[in-house]
Amino acid sequence: MFTEITAADNSTNLAFTFEGRMIEARVGMTVAAALLAAGEVATRETPISGNPRGAYCLMGVCFECLVMIDGIANQQGCMVLVRDGMNVSRQLGVAVVSP
Amino acid sequence: MNADVIVIGGGMVGSALAFGLRGQGLDTLMLDEGDVAFRAARGNFGLVWVQSKGFDCPEYAAWTRRSADLWPDFSSEMTELTGVELQHQRPGGLHVCLSDGEFAARAAQMSRLHNHSGGEFRYEMLDRTALDGMAKGFGPEVVGGSYSPLDGHANPLYLLRALQAGYKACGGRKILDAHVSRITWRRGVYRLQTARGDMEAPKLVIAAGLGTKPLAAMLGLDTPINPLRGQILVTERCAPFLDLPLTLIRQTGEGSVLMGDSHEEVGFDDGTRWEVLAGIVARARRIFPFLDSARIVRSWGALRPYSPDGLPIYDRPPEGDGAFVASVHSGVTLAAIHASAMAEAIADGRLPDEVSVLKAERFHVH
Amino acid sequence: MAAAVTAAEAGAKVLVLDEQPGPGGQIYRGIEAPGGAGDTVLGVEYHHGRTLSTALRNSGAGYLPGATVWQVSPQREIGVSVDGMARIITADAVIIATGAMERPFPVPGWTLPGVMSVGAAQIALKAHGLGAPDAVFVGTGPLLYLIAHQYVRAGIAVKAVLDTTPWHRYLTAAPYLPGALLASRQLLKGLGYMRAIRQAGVPFIKGVGSISIAGNGTADAIRYEKSGHLHELAADHIFVHQGVVPNVNLTRATGCDHLWNGAQECWRVVADTWGETSLAGIFAAGDATHIGGALAAEHEGRLAALAALTHTGRLDPSVRNNRGAPIHQALAREMRLRPFLDALFRPPKVHRVPADDATIVCRCEEVTAGDIRRTAALGCPGPNQLKSFCRAGMGPCQGRLCSLTVTEMLAEANNATPGAVGDYRRRPPVKPLTVGELAALAGPD
Repeated sequence: MFTEITAADNSTNLAFTFEGRMIEARVGMTVAAALLAAGEVATRETPISGNPRGAYCLMGVCFECLVMIDGIANQQGCMVLVRDGMNVSRQLGVAVVSP
Repeated sequence: MNADVIVIGGGMVGSALAFGLRGQGLDTLMLDEGDVAFRAARGNFGLVWVQSKGFDCPEYAAWTRRSADLWPDFSSEMTELTGVELQHQRPGGLHVCLSDGEFAARAAQMSRLHNHSGGEFRYEMLDRTALDGMAKGFGPEVVGGSYSPLDGHANPLYLLRALQAGYKACGGRKILDAHVSRITWRRGVYRLQTARGDMEAPKLVIAAGLGTKPLAAMLGLDTPINPLRGQILVTERCAPFLDLPLTLIRQTGEGSVLMGDSHEEVGFDDGTRWEVLAGIVARARRIFPFLDSARIVRSWGALRPYSPDGLPIYDRPPEGDGAFVASVHSGVTLAAIHASAMAEAIADGRLPDEVSVLKAERFHVH
Repeated sequence: MAAAVTAAEAGAKVLVLDEQPGPGGQIYRGIEAPGGAGDTVLGVEYHHGRTLSTALRNSGAGYLPGATVWQVSPQREIGVSVDGMARIITADAVIIATGAMERPFPVPGWTLPGVMSVGAAQIALKAHGLGAPDAVFVGTGPLLYLIAHQYVRAGIAVKAVLDTTPWHRYLTAAPYLPGALLASRQLLKGLGYMRAIRQAGVPFIKGVGSISIAGNGTADAIRYEKSGHLHELAADHIFVHQGVVPNVNLTRATGCDHLWNGAQECWRVVADTWGETSLAGIFAAGDATHIGGALAAEHEGRLAALAALTHTGRLDPSVRNNRGAPIHQALAREMRLRPFLDALFRPPKVHRVPADDATIVCRCEEVTAGDIRRTAALGCPGPNQLKSFCRAGMGPCQGRLCSLTVTEMLAEANNATPGAVGDYRRRPPVKPLTVGELAALAGPD
């Protein structure tokens, strides 16, 4: 599991929810990094087989870190900075586009 | 002899004809080009469509209907032979109108098509209320549309895959990167000079899509085929929401949504223009406003062969008596009849009577 | 950054479109971030990035973070989205400096959560001060030794470094060594990393053969072959690396020509010595064109900027040549070590072309090596026909993680070279954008 290498200070001042769990994050952290720091490695299920996947490249290339953020599907967690009060959940299969 | 028949072209038309010819027992050799040949087969939208075809040509409308009717059995046979699922569905199809003017114009076209088909072409003009019964989420500007139970859709990529696999499974032979530079006829034999060597056969089928024109010219037939670009976009996979294909929007078996297209004469430019793409999606979201959140992952410019009247060219070059030319705009819809009736006729040394009006001579002004 | 500074200093109106939240790309990732690991861990080379970012901030160039470019047309119309809103920006000259990405590492189990690239480990460290204790690092190439060294410096426990560089590579690379000795500073640095890793007591296992990763839902072990025996190490984080390759999605979608680079086993953008591509007014610089590393990228950025200034009439060609001459020389010096590195760290075939049919090649669409082989057996002239038949390359990553594998596998099947087989056609948008965003750009009906 990823841990912080420097001592925690009070710049850990953001919090978001992930599937009912509250996770703290520093300003400037991406959602993907914050999830890894919280020990969440499997953050989506593939649309084809439902197999678990998680972040692989952390730089926006692999599209494995897709999560649902504030109701919007298939967001690359590594490209989105944590905002206070965000609601994140695993991307389970395909996006739902409907009336 | 290299084969009983050589088919130049490994795209939608070439593959269907080659598959059908092999099925007729002919030793068949298919010549294909490279990976980025202007493969209209890979640019196709996937409609198996009747309601927009042949407004001014009853014979073509009938030919199209016949192919669409053959499609369900054709699809199951291909799946049984190759294991490839073609995703063919025939729930009927919709052409949506965004104004009363569009609706009236469409109604007139449908009526005309119905009349000159002797009633074979079946359709309904649906008002907004009726449309709401067919799909959910239509935008406020949608006034109605035309519906035909004869329409459907399929996966054009898997269709090509199945035709290629089926052809191979039945003992059909294929040579890649075999660009043809010269064709001559002498004493009952067509001789081809290709990038992979010289070849010959008593029968020849030219079904090379946008490459057809220069090849047919080598045997004395002028075929005015030019590229027509249709730009198409596709989204990521979405949960199923639309099982009915529209002329401009359809959802595939994987869940991705296709939107198209344009009709541009831009030569051999298969690129895309952002303003044209924006126009396509703008209309798509007027039809279904909830599409706003769907994420586009790819666009392309499909170059499809187009004759001056948009209708197929089925003809026989004057050099020799064993050559055939087939060029169409709707390779997916016509795949079923190409693989069956057309291939049977060619094997028999003739073209079907019902397409005799589709010879190239109709373009020659005397 | 270097290109923008050079162009802005000449008085040109410059805009930098950066997908990331802050400058630095990947090599200098997080250079302005407060939460990163710091220079003591990351090293003095990393610190150099701050010189660049400071210069960028002071240069007068516009800098737009969080800007996702989804297209560049041959006419230099740039489609870009910021905060969910798309717009088109036209420019007289465009410099594409989109950098490199990790070469895929298709081995059994590589899709298990917990398996990440070494680049990801570096990003976590640089930008967020995060490390994964007791991880295994596996592969070949300078970045592998660098990250292990950075972990050691940061005091993070490293379970093992598994080096897949085949011993015979040292022989094949040796002919390139005389030239590389001129770049001895870099070589010594690399050797220093390896010594430090060993001295820290980290198991450093060389000559590792084929690897596979096991786990139930998430990764929990790596198995590797060495000297004919099979070994296993438990680990919940496994970082893989076998070199970086240019990320060609944008240059290809734009329509620039590319050539197969046999020495680096990847594609390179066709460009002149100033970085101008086959499309007039469109330049490419840095690892986006061919792998040369951070300092080479800087030099190429400056050269591209000079050429762009000349192209737009702001700089006389003779001035460009005079200013460019020392930069060309500096670039040549930077590139001296390349042939040696390319030869030494050429990734083993067994990890480029999966032998096991069950190994996933296209991660997005879950297409296996066996699927690819069966599709290739139908006789596909190239990757595009193959893609259309089996969906490899059709997922959201748009072929970034599978194209090299597919090209190599098809080359094998067709008994052709990768260069002859070709690459997936890339098309805009090179990053997804919504229907709503694009529709908003439409003019009146």
